[in-house]
Amino acid sequence: MSLCNVPHAKRLIATTATVFLLAACGNEEASKSGEPSGSAGATGITVKIGHAAPLTGGIAHLGKDNENGVRLAVDEANAKGLTIGGQKVTFEMLSEDDEGKENKGPIVAQKFVDAKVAGVVGHLNSGVTIPASAVYNTAGIPMISGSATNPKFTEQGFAITFRTVGRDDQQGPAIASYLFSEYKPKTAAVIDDATSYGEGLANEVEKALKAAGVTVLPREKGNSMQTDWKAILTKLRGKKPDAIFYGGMDSGAGPLMKQGRELGLQAVFAFGDGACTEKMKELAGEASEGLICSQAGIPVAAASKDFLEAYKAKFNSDPLIYAPFTYDATNLLITAMQNADSVDPAKYLPELAKISMVGSSGRIEFDAKGDRKDAEMTIFTMKAGTIVPLAIIKAGQSIPFEEFTKGAADPAPAEPKEESK
Amino acid sequence: MDIFLQQLINGLTLGSVYAIVALGYTMVYGIIQLINFAHGEVVMVGAMVALTVISALTGAQIGLPPVVIVLAGIACAVPACMAIGYGMERIAYRPLRKAPRLAPLITAIGISIILQHVALLVFSRNPLSFPQIMPNPVFEIAGAHISAVQIAIIGGSVVVMAGLTFLVYRTRLGIAMRATSENVQVAGLMGVNIDRVISSTFVIGAALAAIAGVMIGTYYGIAHYTMGAMLGLKAFSAAVLGGIGNLAGAMLGGVLLGVVEAMGAGYIGEFTDLCQAPWIAGLMTERCADGGNFVLFGSNYQDVFAFLVLIAVLVFRPSGLLGERVSDRA
Repeated sequence: MSLCNVPHAKRLIATTATVFLLAACGNEEASKSGEPSGSAGATGITVKIGHAAPLTGGIAHLGKDNENGVRLAVDEANAKGLTIGGQKVTFEMLSEDDEGKENKGPIVAQKFVDAKVAGVVGHLNSGVTIPASAVYNTAGIPMISGSATNPKFTEQGFAITFRTVGRDDQQGPAIASYLFSEYKPKTAAVIDDATSYGEGLANEVEKALKAAGVTVLPREKGNSMQTDWKAILTKLRGKKPDAIFYGGMDSGAGPLMKQGRELGLQAVFAFGDGACTEKMKELAGEASEGLICSQAGIPVAAASKDFLEAYKAKFNSDPLIYAPFTYDATNLLITAMQNADSVDPAKYLPELAKISMVGSSGRIEFDAKGDRKDAEMTIFTMKAGTIVPLAIIKAGQSIPFEEFTKGAADPAPAEPKEESK
Repeated sequence: MDIFLQQLINGLTLGSVYAIVALGYTMVYGIIQLINFAHGEVVMVGAMVALTVISALTGAQIGLPPVVIVLAGIACAVPACMAIGYGMERIAYRPLRKAPRLAPLITAIGISIILQHVALLVFSRNPLSFPQIMPNPVFEIAGAHISAVQIAIIGGSVVVMAGLTFLVYRTRLGIAMRATSENVQVAGLMGVNIDRVISSTFVIGAALAAIAGVMIGTYYGIAHYTMGAMLGLKAFSAAVLGGIGNLAGAMLGGVLLGVVEAMGAGYIGEFTDLCQAPWIAGLMTERCADGGNFVLFGSNYQDVFAFLVLIAVLVFRPSGLLGERVSDRA
């Protein structure tokens, strides 16, 4: 990955340098042509970028991680001292706690609209992102979610919705196809936490497993705060499933897996990205060994080295899951503003839609709906207490992880050619 | 059958914890007719303090045996919660003892919010994992699995309940508590130090909550600053089910509620699967073909059972199973 990123990084530096040069020229001209306007330009403008995620509650750690991604991008942009539309721009992050609650989404969104933010990174949960998007759409403010994977988000016909992660209908089939090809289950159980995210993902997995001829047991549901899964698991034990998929976050998945093993369930446990964290080891202990989970996009560890180092240096911890995606989302907004030479949402939105940028999570381009083109999915397992990548699923193909990282290094020299098209 | 037995074991474990928490509600209600809605948060604080101590001692690696570490965790959690129980009564309830009944209820909710948010600041907003230092062997009885932690919870709660019964019926403090619950003024005139008795009640209830917190934390392996809220509500339902103000009622109500919940969550799906009813299955042949199902209520209704029970008790037997008083006041 790191090799592959070198040409991109160079290009990025070149672009930035050009912008600097232009900016410098602009300033010189301004100061030469008229003394008064020069001082006005120097005061600059402040551009607000909204960030919304649950910062309290069960998944607040993921919300904080998302926020850190945005903060890092904003601070980096400010350190560069960008100039847009002839004025020096200072970016400011407005971070709001949407509590992961669906009814809080539109309230936070309205708050952002009233604060006249130029763009929004968020929200974290699909269930909150979808109702909030209607508010942003009315106000014409572009939003990029770094973690909302429910397909519905970009299916509403809104021009302002984008995401830097894959969709559940890409993630679900990926984990299902991996489960099917590696474990050949006859019977599978599907559980979800009754949130938009968990249910959406579980539906996709169920659909894909059924299509592969696996018998899927009646759906079991919990809730997002649930820690007692014994009743459900006991019931499932009587039906002897070979695989159990849970759509939900790690705070529910950890106890689920621990209790499953205590009850003597032998099935392989599979999860989506919300439960694909190192926290699973702490929450489920030894029981977490051998779990299978998927993440939309590439693993955090495979994000660009520059990003990982900058994050670690700034926050003194490693990113959890989505930080590279919110970091990229923020940079996409900033780059689109630069390309359009305007911070007006109406003016930079078309630039955002046709953007092609190399971010910390690889190349980002959007399709007509605002979904990321060719989003990769990664399958992980828990081995000796850490989450390690097993395979990358791209366009329905399962590529072992080592091959993927090796393969990624090879086409690097070919990249510039592609660019010239 | 093994599934039924397993659900029963699950229910008994959970029910034992409910019972201990419910005792805290019922004792306070028995004496001053106040529902201490902050009681659930005391359970959370107990779990958090124990978790901190256990993590620290495990991390220090001074070679203490795991049992000693867990006992040290409980030994720190209990006094911490007792202090909170005392402070809560002194600050939020005593000044309002003569106030209209709704006022202390509102301060109770206020204390609950304060405790939650102090815990959020101190222990972070992340779900914390309880260090799993004790080996947790799983035993098999007739196909059902029971872990050492479950046995410890059920056994521990029996000991705690026996101890409390002894305290209330065989000690001077117990006599004073019962006298106060009969009639506060008369007990005061007979020389009972009312303030001290009420404080003791809160402190004892908080100690029980601390033990329950450690139990629930080790059982699920997870502690979170919001964990007390739902647990508190369910224990409250258990106390009402048994008859609020009645000690034996709280114990019975807790255990019953745990079993009802486990059984309900375990079997509701099967009982409400429309494909099992032949006359409906006939109408939906496509949906019900080869093991298909149409489940009306799934196990996600687990939490609903506690509150269904609460409503049913309030409608049909407001005094609860063993209670004589009617819980007319909130």
